[in-house]
Amino acid sequence: MAAAAQSAAAGSPDISTAVDARPRKGGRRLPLAWLGALPFLAYVGIFLILPTGIVVVGAFVGPKGGVTLENVKTIFQGFVFDSFVKSIELSAASSIIGAVFGALLAYAIVSGHPDSTLRRIVTSACGVLAQFGGVTLAFAFIATIGGEGLITVFFADHGIDIGSNVWLFELPGLTLVYSYFQIPLMVLVFLPALDGIKPQWREATDTLGGTGWHYWRHVAAPILWPSFLGAALLLFANAFSAYATVAALVSQGGIIVPLQIANALTSETGAVDAGLGKALALGMVVIVALVMTGYALLQRKSAKWQR
Amino acid sequence: MSDIMSLGFGNTVPVVEHPDTGKPGRGPLARRRRRLTAFRVAVFVVMGVFFFTPILAMFEFTTRGTGLGAPRTLASWRAIFDYPDLITAIQVSLELAAITSAAGLFLLVPTMVWVRLRLPRLQRVIEFLCLLPLTVPAIVLVVGLAPVYAWVTYFFGSSTLTLAFAYVVLVLPYTYRVIDAGLRGIDVQTLSEAARSLGAGWPTVMWRIIAPNIRSALLNAALLSVALVLGEFTIASLLSFQNLQVAINFLGRANAGVSIAVALASLFFAFILLVALSFVGRRRSAPVHEEE
Amino acid sequence: MTQSMTDAAVGPGAASGQGVEVRLEDLRREYGPVIALDGLSLTMAPGEMVALLGPSGCGKTSALRLVAGLEEADAGRIVVGGHDVTSLSANKRGMGMVFQAYSLFPHMTARQNVAFGLRLRGVKDSDRKRRAGDMLELVGLSAQADRFAHQMSGGQQQRVALARALAIQPQVLLLDEPLSALDAKVRVQLRDEIRRIQLEVGTTTLFVTHDQEEALAIADRVGVMRAGRLEQLASPTDVYARPASAFVAEFVGLTNKISGPVQGGRVQVLGTSVAIVGTAVPDGPATAMVRPEAIVLTTDDGAGGDAPGELGTVLAVSFLGAISRITITLPNGGSVIAQLPTSVAAEFPAGSSVRVSVRPDPVPVAPADSPS
Repeated sequence: MAAAAQSAAAGSPDISTAVDARPRKGGRRLPLAWLGALPFLAYVGIFLILPTGIVVVGAFVGPKGGVTLENVKTIFQGFVFDSFVKSIELSAASSIIGAVFGALLAYAIVSGHPDSTLRRIVTSACGVLAQFGGVTLAFAFIATIGGEGLITVFFADHGIDIGSNVWLFELPGLTLVYSYFQIPLMVLVFLPALDGIKPQWREATDTLGGTGWHYWRHVAAPILWPSFLGAALLLFANAFSAYATVAALVSQGGIIVPLQIANALTSETGAVDAGLGKALALGMVVIVALVMTGYALLQRKSAKWQR
Repeated sequence: MSDIMSLGFGNTVPVVEHPDTGKPGRGPLARRRRRLTAFRVAVFVVMGVFFFTPILAMFEFTTRGTGLGAPRTLASWRAIFDYPDLITAIQVSLELAAITSAAGLFLLVPTMVWVRLRLPRLQRVIEFLCLLPLTVPAIVLVVGLAPVYAWVTYFFGSSTLTLAFAYVVLVLPYTYRVIDAGLRGIDVQTLSEAARSLGAGWPTVMWRIIAPNIRSALLNAALLSVALVLGEFTIASLLSFQNLQVAINFLGRANAGVSIAVALASLFFAFILLVALSFVGRRRSAPVHEEE
Repeated sequence: MTQSMTDAAVGPGAASGQGVEVRLEDLRREYGPVIALDGLSLTMAPGEMVALLGPSGCGKTSALRLVAGLEEADAGRIVVGGHDVTSLSANKRGMGMVFQAYSLFPHMTARQNVAFGLRLRGVKDSDRKRRAGDMLELVGLSAQADRFAHQMSGGQQQRVALARALAIQPQVLLLDEPLSALDAKVRVQLRDEIRRIQLEVGTTTLFVTHDQEEALAIADRVGVMRAGRLEQLASPTDVYARPASAFVAEFVGLTNKISGPVQGGRVQVLGTSVAIVGTAVPDGPATAMVRPEAIVLTTDDGAGGDAPGELGTVLAVSFLGAISRITITLPNGGSVIAQLPTSVAAEFPAGSSVRVSVRPDPVPVAPADSPS
């Protein structure tokens, strides 16, 4: 705030200061005004840009220094590449499931009264569950369908082995676990799009002679499609970035990229491979950035329609 | 902690009124309404079961007695206090939550107001920077943060509270969006010009004029930060700090009952926070709605 | 369902003068404890435009939505062109509807919007295009055919909505406060245009509005509604000049409420005995509803005596162009508004003393303790 006071003091002494303080294109006080944003820029520079830069640059530096493509090449090798495939599979599966069921739930919510208590409770619950990942979520599913889990024991008592001890820690199980935060996230992201659907559109379709099918086929679906697709991409990025849930669920191995990165960072599995860790991290950033760009573009498209 | 969370969900303002009369009828419209009701009930029941079962299972798990046929017991809940490491971790996480939400606001709010007033061209840059953490996953950030934290430790010591530096970055996107929405709701330019013409300095403008007007947005942002920090695992774990989630995870191997009890408790705590938050959002949006 | 529509719908060329009779018979509709329609009956002649006018909550919108099939009646019948459509769903009624606002499909251009109804009927692509073009020309938007809703002004959007409703050659055109979301200037312009187009295509039209000026300006007949019933259904001039009830008098146009005793079917207003229109009122104190233009002002020359009327003081004169409105306070504390040609009003400057009386035209009267 020191900078602020300073630049205000530098302002002309007459009473028109307030008007004068408006930004001027190419004004001579611009450099001083910049000081006001400096603390923030410095902080973000150190704790966000610098780490990101370290990752990007580090991905191309060999263990003994010097520029190399070795780290990046490693991504395309055997088990590392497999972890990318697994990560993408898990993210795709959980985002598709999350998007479909989340959209259904969101529709069930908006088709009720907009001020109902039910809506309030469900959206609040979604707010919590959407960020309910990590250790707690892993434990919740262990308590449910783990070896000693509620459901497992219940079925075992009836002589049925649901075999979740195996599949819970594989792709199907992880997809199920991820759905637990993906569906609520979809609800939160998709709800505004559904709220933007005007009842007049349905009624206009009706009076023009259309059926329910016509309405969904020609009106609702085309209008919602960009939002739906965008939301699904956001879900993908969300799942792709997640580390804690799987880390708490799967104690060793590196079935998805974040686990590989963790392995490369910590020495538990042998030598620390900083270069590989950074290359993997870079790979993640690239994929997430691509997906988020797609999301942003789709958002812009649907925003135009929903005013 | 899933890394992306949508914001301001308590603030959805319904644009239209539904001619929902909920009355039994005979014609095609009544049939349509009945079908819709059936669909809604089905969805809510199925989803309710899916989402409620794991939470129920957690509770069931924490009340199990040891041994076959043992009676229900709350021993796991009581045992929480037998683990000093766990208590410390809870304390540290709460402190981190407080520091992070305060620091995040102090860093971001003045900057956003300043940029709005004096550097409008920088607005897009600030927005980009604030939303960047959504594209840089925590697991990636931690890779680059490791060397940075060598310096942090050098300057500030190795306290777990230094995690707040990283957490402020993590909460940036959420804080930004909430504050941005809050600032959109008021005319920052006019308010500050009015205050300055009455002789207020910039700190006064910020503290006495802007802040009270976006009070609910500030509270909203703070609560979101708290919820986020309490659930954070990735960065703490990989930078080898003991916060709540790391402690729960560690304890899970030794005493699953206790750690699940704590996890459940922290979940409820987050739920209460976010329900409180949804009411904050409601209070703010109500008058706006009437004006439309 | 596409087949069932084809006969009622498309053929090239305008549907000039093919309006049908529409009958609403004793319609009832309740929302929980609220009675929206309390036995509404109304017959519209072929090609006629009827405006339903009333305060919000009077049931006018419910009536329209029942005709459209967007809501169902609890009792009563709707007969269109001799066919009972009461139990027909909205998409089989062939009604063209224009909504208050935001009804254009946002992902379609103006032309696609207009063509949508024809597309649902399986009309050939080329015919569809041509007809949509014709309709857009009718509403004067040929140049905007390829714009999306968000690229058009509110008035343009409503024109497209009108074109879309007319494109299917509806049996009945339903307008649900189509002008209420527009600026005052656009509203007047579009209102006249709606009337021009309606006369051109000759479709029987039901127009719902809460704006009396709008209703009086364009409708053949105006139905004033209150609490789910029609208070009066008559030509605009009749509704204005011969209101059937005190409610109608008060709702339509500016009205002075002047108290005076009723005796033998006549009311004494400002010294003049005047006949009563509408419902009969028992003898005793009452309130007469007098239009501002029925107030007669004469300069108080001090002679007084035999001339009827009461003395008052001019409080304010507001200039409204060709006419002026004069507010006069009476000795008993009440006030009266008079409306005069501006040239005449100049004789009564603010502060001057003036004699106030009324023209001996019949007026509606409410009992003194009546709320309206």
